[in-house]
Amino acid sequence: MFSAVSRPLTPAQRMNPRWGNGRRTADVAASFIKPNDRLTSFDRLEIYNRQYWFRLLDCLYDDFPGLRAVIGEKKFTAMSETYLTRYPSSSFTLRNLGSRLEKFLREEPRWARPRTALALDMVRFEWAKIIAFDGGARPIVTIDDLLGRDPSRLRLKLQPYVTPLELGYPLDDFSIALRQRDDDGPQAGNAASTGRASKSGRTVRLPRPERVYLAVHRLENVVYYKRLDASAYAVLCALRGGATLAKASERANDAESLRRWFEMWMKLGWFCR
Amino acid sequence: MPANRHNGFTDLGIGVGLRVPHYSHILGRKPAVDWFEIISENFMIDAGRPLRTLDLILEQYAVVQHGVSMYLGSPRLNRDHLKRLKQLVRRTKTPFVSDHLCWGSVDGSYSHDLLPLPYTFAAARHVAARVREARDILEVPVIVENVSSYAEFHASEMSEWEFLAEVVERADCGMLLDVNNIYVSSRNHNFDPFDYLNGVPLERVGQVHIAGHTKFERYILDTHDHPVLPTVWRLYAHVVSRIGPVNTLLEWDARIPPFEEVHREALKARRFLRDLETQRSENRKSAQTVTA
Ligand SMILES: [Fe+2]
Repeated sequence: MFSAVSRPLTPAQRMNPRWGNGRRTADVAASFIKPNDRLTSFDRLEIYNRQYWFRLLDCLYDDFPGLRAVIGEKKFTAMSETYLTRYPSSSFTLRNLGSRLEKFLREEPRWARPRTALALDMVRFEWAKIIAFDGGARPIVTIDDLLGRDPSRLRLKLQPYVTPLELGYPLDDFSIALRQRDDDGPQAGNAASTGRASKSGRTVRLPRPERVYLAVHRLENVVYYKRLDASAYAVLCALRGGATLAKASERANDAESLRRWFEMWMKLGWFCR
Repeated sequence: MPANRHNGFTDLGIGVGLRVPHYSHILGRKPAVDWFEIISENFMIDAGRPLRTLDLILEQYAVVQHGVSMYLGSPRLNRDHLKRLKQLVRRTKTPFVSDHLCWGSVDGSYSHDLLPLPYTFAAARHVAARVREARDILEVPVIVENVSSYAEFHASEMSEWEFLAEVVERADCGMLLDVNNIYVSSRNHNFDPFDYLNGVPLERVGQVHIAGHTKFERYILDTHDHPVLPTVWRLYAHVVSRIGPVNTLLEWDARIPPFEEVHREALKARRFLRDLETQRSENRKSAQTVTA
């Protein structure tokens, strides 16, 4: 039944009447589902088939408003179907539904074209927002923990909810302009869906190319995008990659900036044990 | 009868499902609500705002956990899921945990839907074993909820209510009886919902769900986006008349109106509890008259 429920719908959002290898879906449905006086076995199976897609498509729709704006609504829906067919949900929570979307877009760049670079940046940025919203937080490293430690041996871990990003577009500004409704995060429910409710659709101009460095993070349970200096980004990436403090610090331009960045990052609680 | 071993001996009253659009109203105005039911999966996360909000709610209200993805009818339970669920149980101190009599995942792929089971003895044994397993791990009572369904299987060997009874007797667990789901399924499968209510061991009811639904031309969809319909209230009244006041919860999941409206709808259940009280005191009086 799972394979029947998760088969892609037709463009008219109906169950596909053809099952494959010459069989009709109606016959497959009739083999295990009883009809009643109003609905055939096909009709009854179709209710589940449509519910499956409405629910999952709604979830991606809500989680990736930026990607939707970049590739267009119609293409986004078609892409979502192909993505979910290749990578069905493998988590008990819908929160992780988009976890392999970046991988998918790299495998199938036709979905991202013609704004391939923008779409790939956007999917990384929007996944980082999901991580920042409810990603784990570990005990914070304090100044006292660092006193007397040898920088050439000290390795600092970045909080799991902090994602440093190098982007070709100012997606922080774009995202703020787009955000109208989705600051409450993903939610599971247990009711059936009758399809997508119409959402307010103010158009926002797509961003022009501009190299930006960001850390997507949260502070007091609110998600923020913090602009970074290129070398600050390099330092953070080096630390995240497991470099020692001394090694990572070589990426900074000057000692004074490095001192300022660390003061701020420590204040934000970005380093953890 | 209402407080029993299946619901951790709780008599919670009339509660409302906790939903995001109501957070600021609840935290700001602190309405007098008997209890809240949360969807466990929304809080089975590592950190962040949802957990912070939950902690604030927990400071002031009784909270019960209701799950949507334990999938008691799937081939096996997900241990990672149960581990996270147990962490949440420790946080909320929920007196019991509920989830659905359904399946929804296979070979590690998740439908995120509550799919119906074939009503066979083998399936009942399978689900009952999973309920016992979940209860052993979670160390709180696990109660199972009947789902709304849109399909029936050739393989079924019994009615849905016989299946539910078989499962809960075998697992020795309680039921979260969703009277809206019973109504929806009764219309979709042409049975009398009162046969259902009379066919399950009502002494095992740990909680009741009430909700609204959407009627289509040829079937009814369980949408939780309307007030409770009079026919569903009649089923609720029947349950209450048989077992007395019971933990009652209104589910409203889509097109969610302001909190006061949802709460007002839930509190309509009080009318049936008052009727029951009146009925009982009249019965007592007439019994006294007869004895005198
Ligand atoms: Fe329910």
